Amino acid sequence: MLGDFFSRALVAGVGLAAVTGPLGCFVVWRRMAYFGDTMAHSALLGVAISILLSINMTLGVFAVAALVAGALLLLQRQNTLSTDALLGILSHSSLAVGLVLVGFLTQVRIDLMGFLFGDILAVSMEDIYIIYGGGIAILAILALNWRPLLAATVSPELAEAEGLKPEVSRILLMLLMASVIAIAMKLVGVLLITSLLIIPAATARRLSATPEFMALVAAVLGAASVVAGLYGSLTWDTASGPSIVVAALLIFLVSLTVPTARLFGRRESHGA
Amino acid sequence: MDMRMKGETLITLTNAGVKSGGRVLVEGVDLSIARGEIVTLIGPNGSGKSTTAKMATGVLKPSTGTVTRKAGLKIGYVPQKLSIDWTLPLTVERLMTLTGHFSRPEIESALAAVGAGRLLHAAVQELSGGEFQRVLFARAMIRKPDLLVLDEPVQGVDFSGEVALYELVRQIRDTTQAGILMISHDLHVVMAETDTVICLNGHVCCRGTPAAVKRSPEYLALFGARAADTLAIYEHHHDHEHHDDGCLVGKHGEHEHPHGHVHHDHSEHDHAR
Repeated sequence: MLGDFFSRALVAGVGLAAVTGPLGCFVVWRRMAYFGDTMAHSALLGVAISILLSINMTLGVFAVAALVAGALLLLQRQNTLSTDALLGILSHSSLAVGLVLVGFLTQVRIDLMGFLFGDILAVSMEDIYIIYGGGIAILAILALNWRPLLAATVSPELAEAEGLKPEVSRILLMLLMASVIAIAMKLVGVLLITSLLIIPAATARRLSATPEFMALVAAVLGAASVVAGLYGSLTWDTASGPSIVVAALLIFLVSLTVPTARLFGRRESHGA
Repeated sequence: MDMRMKGETLITLTNAGVKSGGRVLVEGVDLSIARGEIVTLIGPNGSGKSTTAKMATGVLKPSTGTVTRKAGLKIGYVPQKLSIDWTLPLTVERLMTLTGHFSRPEIESALAAVGAGRLLHAAVQELSGGEFQRVLFARAMIRKPDLLVLDEPVQGVDFSGEVALYELVRQIRDTTQAGILMISHDLHVVMAETDTVICLNGHVCCRGTPAAVKRSPEYLALFGARAADTLAIYEHHHDHEHHDDGCLVGKHGEHEHPHGHVHHDHSEHDHAR
C-alpha cells in the first residue's frame, strides 16, 4: 500500500498531524504562534548549514531552530527590545541569511520551493520512518510530562511554588517544537509548518472542555486536514502543502458556525 | 486535627534578604511559621512582601541570610491573580488536579469544603471573582499542605466575599493545622486571627499582633496616622485574646522613616538606603 507516492504522502501527513495537534495546543495556550514561526523560518538556515557542513539535514535543522530559540531567550533577558521586535528580527533575518547561504551553494541543486512550501508527494519510506520514530518520541515526552507542562502553562509561579520546574517545561517545549519543525519541514515547508500547529488546535478549542480532549481533537482535525487537502490537491491539481492548510482553514471556518458556546462549562443548577 | 503536631516549626527565615541587579529588594527578614499559625505580611507596593513569600516557598533563593524549611514541606499556593486564557479549556475539576493527581471523591469533598461543590463542571473562565478564589483555595487545600501561602487573597472580591474568605482561612487553619502565610497590601483588612503581622518596607519595620502593629510608631510612620483608623481588623466571636504587648521593633526599624509625609502616598515613599 505504501508503494505509491500518494499513499506515502497520506501516511506521512497523518503521522505529522498526530504530533502537531497536541503540541500546537501548547503553542496556542502559551501564545507562541509567532515564536513558532520564527523557529520555522530558521529551518532554511539549518538546511544551508547542513549542506555546507555535510551533516544530516534533520539534525541540522533541529540544532539551528533550537539555537534560535535559545538566542531569543537570552535576548529577552536583556530587557531591551520587546519580544515582538526581537521575534521580527530573528524570524526574517534567519530566513534571509538562509536564502543568501543557499545562493552560495552553487555545487548543489536545491529545490528552494520544496523547502519553503514543502513537497509531501516526494516523501520517501525513510522520511516516514523519521516522522513516525520522531513523532512517537515527541508524543511520549509530551505525555510523560503532561502535568508539569500544563501546570507551567497555567501559571509558572504556582507550578514553582508547588515544587514543579516551569523553566524546564519551557525549554522542553522549545526542544519539542524544534524537533517537529525538523521533521515537518520536508512535508509542508518552513513557511507553512506553524499553520499545522495552530489551525487544528484553534479549531479544537471550541469543541473541547478539557486540555486533554483539545489535544486529541486537534490531532484528529489535523489528520482530517491532511487527508482532505491531499485528495483536494489530487482532484484539482493544486499544490499539496498549501492545499492541506486550506483544508485546515475550511474546517476551522466550519467549526465557527457550530453553536457550542454554552455546551461546555455548565453548572449544576439543581440543589444549592 | 492532630494536636500533637501543633507548634511544629515549618519554616524559618533568618536575616534573609534578596538582591537583584545590585538593588536590595528586601533584607534582614526574620520570621518563622509554625503549624496552626497565621502570619500576615503587610507593606506598600515594592516593599518586599512577595519577595519574602517567594523566599519562603523556595521560588527565590536568599542572597543573604538563611531559609530553613521542614524536610518534605508541602506548600499549597493561592496566587494573587490567575488569568486563564480562553484558549485553554479548563473545568474546575481539571484545575483541581493541576499539580497532582486526586480522585473524584477527594476533589468533590475539597470543593464542598469551600462551598463550591456545584462548580465541579464549570469552566474556570466563567466563574465570578469570589467563586474563583474559593476554587483556588480548594485547589491549594486538596494537596493537604503543611504551609498555605495566600497572595492577596481577597483582591477583586467584594466586602461580604472578603469576610467569607477570611472565615474560610480560619476554618482551614482550625481543621488542618496548616501554617498560613498571607500577603496583603490592603491595609484595611488584616484578620484578627493573625498571630503575627509583619510590616515590611524593604526590611521589617515592625511586627506583633494586629492590634499592637496598628499602634506602633513605625506603622504609623509608614502608612500615616489615618491608616490606623482604616486598619479594620476582622473580629470573630471567639475566645481568642489579643495581647497588647508592644510591637517588636525590627533590627532596622530605628526611625529611619521620614515622618509626616503625605498620607497614603505609598508608592512615592522613597526609602533611600
